[in-house]
Amino acid sequence: MIISAALLSESIAKLLTMKKEIWQALLDTFIMLGISTTVAILIGGIFGIFLFLSSDRQFLQNKTAYAILGGITNFVRAFPFVILMIAMSPFTKAIVGTGIGPIAASLVLAIAGSFYFARLVEQNLREVPRGIIEATESMGAPPFTIIKVLLNEARSGIVSSVTILSISLLSFSAAAGMIGGGGLGDLAIRYGYYRYQTEVMVFIVILLSVMVILIQAGGNLLAQRLDKR
Amino acid sequence: MSDMIVLNDVSKRFMSDRSIKDNAGKPHWFTAVQPTSLNIRKGEIFGLMGYSGAGKSTLLRLINLLERPDSGQVIIDNEDLTRLSASDLRVARHNIGMIFQQFNLMSNRTVYDNVAFNLKVSGYPAKDIHARVMACLEIVDLSDRSQHYPAQLSGGQKQRVGIARAIAPSPKVLLADEPTSALDPATTRSLLACLRDINEQLGVTIVIVTHEMSVIRRLCNRVALLHQGELLEVADIRDGAIQATTPIGQGLILED
Repeated sequence: MIISAALLSESIAKLLTMKKEIWQALLDTFIMLGISTTVAILIGGIFGIFLFLSSDRQFLQNKTAYAILGGITNFVRAFPFVILMIAMSPFTKAIVGTGIGPIAASLVLAIAGSFYFARLVEQNLREVPRGIIEATESMGAPPFTIIKVLLNEARSGIVSSVTILSISLLSFSAAAGMIGGGGLGDLAIRYGYYRYQTEVMVFIVILLSVMVILIQAGGNLLAQRLDKR
Repeated sequence: MSDMIVLNDVSKRFMSDRSIKDNAGKPHWFTAVQPTSLNIRKGEIFGLMGYSGAGKSTLLRLINLLERPDSGQVIIDNEDLTRLSASDLRVARHNIGMIFQQFNLMSNRTVYDNVAFNLKVSGYPAKDIHARVMACLEIVDLSDRSQHYPAQLSGGQKQRVGIARAIAPSPKVLLADEPTSALDPATTRSLLACLRDINEQLGVTIVIVTHEMSVIRRLCNRVALLHQGELLEVADIRDGAIQATTPIGQGLILED
């Protein structure tokens, strides 16, 4: 007991010397997560709506369009994240001026997240009973109104999808650290792994776990509140 | 009496399961509705009756073009719906309410918002929406449930919300697709009374699909007897008795 208490206080002392780096890494992670989740919700959401609407028996039903949209989605999702990051680096350089750092990593995360989220949204919309779309059509609602009804009926599932998306992007962002993205994952690898500072590794894993638990709990709560079915 | 709905030789076929193809490798077509002509009068309650697979629901869905007919014309109140543009068809649909077997209410909106939604869609003046929603809920006797969600209601109440929603924009026609098939006998009786009131007080022409003979006998003025996509005959109903003349038609009405 005495030994472990001593070890603990020593570890805390070591961690305190790294306060600045840890804060910076946390900030970088929040930047990556915030930008990429927001962009992925917007782009992926729109993409997912069109995936759904162009599929069989929906009102924009179009086999070719669905095959193309689905093909692009599958292609991007097939990339292991780190390879996508390397493959996109000329593109990220052209847009943000650099291939490294949290902003550049956000761009790649946003692309990977968009296509992931598109599939989730497609599934969420598919769960809306077909009869509700028909009832809305029978009232003479224009397509945009039908889309609004669909999203409102699927809202609880969509919130759960946003939860899954943001947790996936949090874990992707740790991989982004490997090629200069910064953030908590990067710090854990550089100090915890390469420099054998186990306490840094442990601390960051705990920190990431807490973030995942909070995101999941918040998402569950909101999804439950929104679900009136 | 003049006609509210005229169907001229409408037909509909569907491609059956894609995996099933005939020997020539062509997709297999299934005819749901043979070319059918039918006149439904203003203000009447008209039944569409047949065994499952008779094409009665498809025929009903041809009336508001939820299914577009492969041939023929659908004329509602002297307007040929099959010739309308997409946006004109949406306007025409404001005059054709519809209720469903599974109610098809929006589950994430309250009873009030379900009814108000149809009014907004049909361009009802915003300032009058509240009064109209409450008036329609009053008609179906659900004023005290306006802030409930559909999941908090019984089947009969859900269907009455469906009716309130459908009649809110004062349509000329109400299409009812097996409206009582998911309900118990007592609830069915009160729902039929509700439909009759709406027909008598608001003058709405009602077309109702059902496989229940008792529903036809209690509610309808006339009934079309359908079998395997074909219209056998249109029978009058006098004093709760159906005057069928064809053999299959007579068989159909004996079922109960």
